[in-house]
Amino acid sequence: MNKMIAFGAAAVVALAIGQATADEEAELVIDGQAFVTKLDAPDDSPLPEILSGWRFRNSETQELQTDDFENPAMIFAEYGEELWATAEGETGKSCADCHGDASESMRGLRASMPRWHEGKDTLFTLEDHINWSREEHQKAKPWKWESQEMLAMTAYIGLQSRGMPVAVKTDGKAAPWFEKGKELYYTRVGQLDMACAHCHENNYGNMIRADHLSQGQINGFPVYRLKWQGMGSLHRRFKGCMDNIRATPYKRGSDEFTALELYLASRGQGLSVETPSLRN
Amino acid sequence: MKLVAATALALLMGLSAASAQMVKPGDVTIVDGALSQSLTGQPGDPAQGRKWFMGRKLGNCLACHANRDLADQPYHGEVGPPLDGVAGRWSEPELRAIVVNSKAALHEDTIMPAFYREAGLNRVADKFVGKTILSAQQVEDVVSYLMTLKEN
Ligand code: HEC
Ligand code: HEC
Repeated sequence: MNKMIAFGAAAVVALAIGQATADEEAELVIDGQAFVTKLDAPDDSPLPEILSGWRFRNSETQELQTDDFENPAMIFAEYGEELWATAEGETGKSCADCHGDASESMRGLRASMPRWHEGKDTLFTLEDHINWSREEHQKAKPWKWESQEMLAMTAYIGLQSRGMPVAVKTDGKAAPWFEKGKELYYTRVGQLDMACAHCHENNYGNMIRADHLSQGQINGFPVYRLKWQGMGSLHRRFKGCMDNIRATPYKRGSDEFTALELYLASRGQGLSVETPSLRN
Repeated sequence: MKLVAATALALLMGLSAASAQMVKPGDVTIVDGALSQSLTGQPGDPAQGRKWFMGRKLGNCLACHANRDLADQPYHGEVGPPLDGVAGRWSEPELRAIVVNSKAALHEDTIMPAFYREAGLNRVADKFVGKTILSAQQVEDVVSYLMTLKEN
């Protein structure tokens, strides 16, 4: 709504304060590899087109992500690579001892997350998979959701799917989770009484104070966020959005956030995985 | 010691005098998109209202609405319509209704928060349970400020 009027107003404001605006037509290429950051939405999508969060960032942030030497998130992926080869737990095994070369064994995993786990009979995020393997195979203590180790490992494993299209399964046993995630997405919460959809479906492309609203796609997580001066998980971002509207957030790793994650992933089917990406 | 007690007493009296006339959030009834009764019986202060309008922790109206009167402030939002000349488009009772509860005054699906409502909300953070975003007097201040926005 009011995009035309608002655009005029925004242009004036942006000029007046020299604010860096995003180039929504830019294309993301990293090391010669082209990424899908925009695609036509399927007929049953609530969105007219699907846009990566990268498209909404300002030019400097966009550019930093095109260069792995400049992208601070890559430092975490490198730490993850170290951890991959580090022996841990009672069994004294490293991830590499069982899974070998991550670029082969972990390729495509992030693109399909969250995914049904037969053994535990529940929907698993990437974090859940990692901790399950630590407990089951390494006999090591699980990592805390937001620990540097977990962020590094999710960044490293995610990197093995970089450039692959997001392709989550929402049918079968995952179906009720998808429905739950959808319900949460459209439910108003907090003192400000807003749903995710109000900002990310009805208003993407608009400025909300100093923030350029995106579609809230999740293909780049975990991300390095300049504001956090560090890496953060997707569920930390969810919590941030809920805190902003003065709602009581769900816990990281909760069923609610896992269901939301599945639903959001499904809204971004076909976007390239960009993990680990950069945000301001 | 005496002084402190005296001020506390004065404060208490002041408060109860104000709350005697204050319309509680639950008692507000918006009819045909308008609310003619002042929430406090006190006139609003437009200079204060201007502050609440841009205050990030208060109305934060600027987050969503551009407003030329605040051209010196960075980052005007694009989520709602610009509010230049809004006093020419709406009457005071209508503006009060919009600020108090935009869902009742404008339409049910609006993103705009209801600034004077505390019931019927979901999962409100503990700190804000039972509280309205703006106080009754702050609503009156904002409305009186909006009434100064005459120029398109
Ligand atoms: C008041 C507006 C608002 C609401 C409501 C809101 N968000 Fe956000 N969200 C933002 C802003 C602002 C950002 C940062 C800029 C951007 O990417 O949109 C953001 C970012 C995100 C991102 C990161 C996108 C990226 O590419 O980095 C995700 C994911 C997200 N939100 C999910 C959600 C979910 C899930 C909900 C509901 C529980 C929600 N948001 C509710 C304003 C909101
Ligand atoms: C999160 C976004 C948001 C915030 C914050 C917000 N508004 Fe709004 N406002 C809107 C939207 C959107 C509309 C248009 C109605 C619609 O389509 O939902 C609107 C409409 C209005 C209108 C009617 C304007 C017209 O020309 O028709 C007024 C007046 C108004 N808002 C005042 C305020 C004031 C005053 C505040 C702060 C105390 C405020 N708004 C905060 C989003 C917001």
